[in-house]
Amino acid sequence: MISIEALSVIMAAIAVSFGAIGPALAEGRAVASAMEAIARQPEAAGTISRTLFVGLAMIETMAIYCLVIALLLLFANPYVG
Amino acid sequence: MTGSPLDLSVAFSVGPVAVSEPVVITWGIIVFLGLGSWLLTRRMEARAGTGQAVLELVVGALDDQIRAAVGHDPARFRTLVGTLFLFILTANWSSLVPGIEPPTAHLETDAALAGIVFAATIWFGITSRGLGGYLRGFAEPSWVMLPLNLVEQITRTFSLMVRLFGNVMSGVFVVGIVLSLAGLLVPIPLMALDLLTGAVQAYIFATLALVFIASAVSDGRPTPPTGKETS
Repeated sequence: MISIEALSVIMAAIAVSFGAIGPALAEGRAVASAMEAIARQPEAAGTISRTLFVGLAMIETMAIYCLVIALLLLFANPYVG
Repeated sequence: MTGSPLDLSVAFSVGPVAVSEPVVITWGIIVFLGLGSWLLTRRMEARAGTGQAVLELVVGALDDQIRAAVGHDPARFRTLVGTLFLFILTANWSSLVPGIEPPTAHLETDAALAGIVFAATIWFGITSRGLGGYLRGFAEPSWVMLPLNLVEQITRTFSLMVRLFGNVMSGVFVVGIVLSLAGLLVPIPLMALDLLTGAVQAYIFATLALVFIASAVSDGRPTPPTGKETS
């Protein structure tokens, strides 16, 4: 029988590792598209990079949520006495 | 910082009220920003000196951003958004001072900042469109969207809070862990990355606050393309 503490640690690692896959792919796509757009239209680089930063922060939020879940499991787990 | 990032350490207590360390650091930042602003704007001249030129550059860039998001009249929002940006930037970069942990790496400070944005959204919405107009804005484009729009108010405030907390806290946490593994020179690139993240997050927070306020102020007109993200 695996204990709650060990299960929490394993699940925290799984949450972060799987939660990082999606945002990583998405950020790669976003940056690639932004670079294409800048290469095609260099005069719009300011607007594009501003929107890119906001969008990247949005995408990154998903990974951060997973990190927060992992931290809750590790440090503020309600099921560990 | 390798303990729990959700714990608060008490600096001192006044009677029954415990004052935690982030609060003391926040007071320090307030004094620093207040004194700095007072010293730099004490003698304004028509021919700007170095300090005044830098300040005018900052205010000008801020005005451009606000004008791009709201479309008109940056003066109404400059105080709130500019203060948010400067405070979060200073707070994120305060980790450069040895022994100081950024107050934004604690959930409570971020909750307070997100709460300010939440209240300001309602305030600007009501003052610019009237109570009826602001409430009617929730039923746009049709009344089916009413529960979604109400939930969105809560979730976007929450995600504003968690985003800033997660980014700053993870930076501090990683530096703390690396520092406990290898002390000399190794954490420096990570700290540099931390500076970049801090600046970007301060910018993001201010931009999102601006987008939320702009969407509450605008009466159905399409907002210009800084993005009308919701989550």
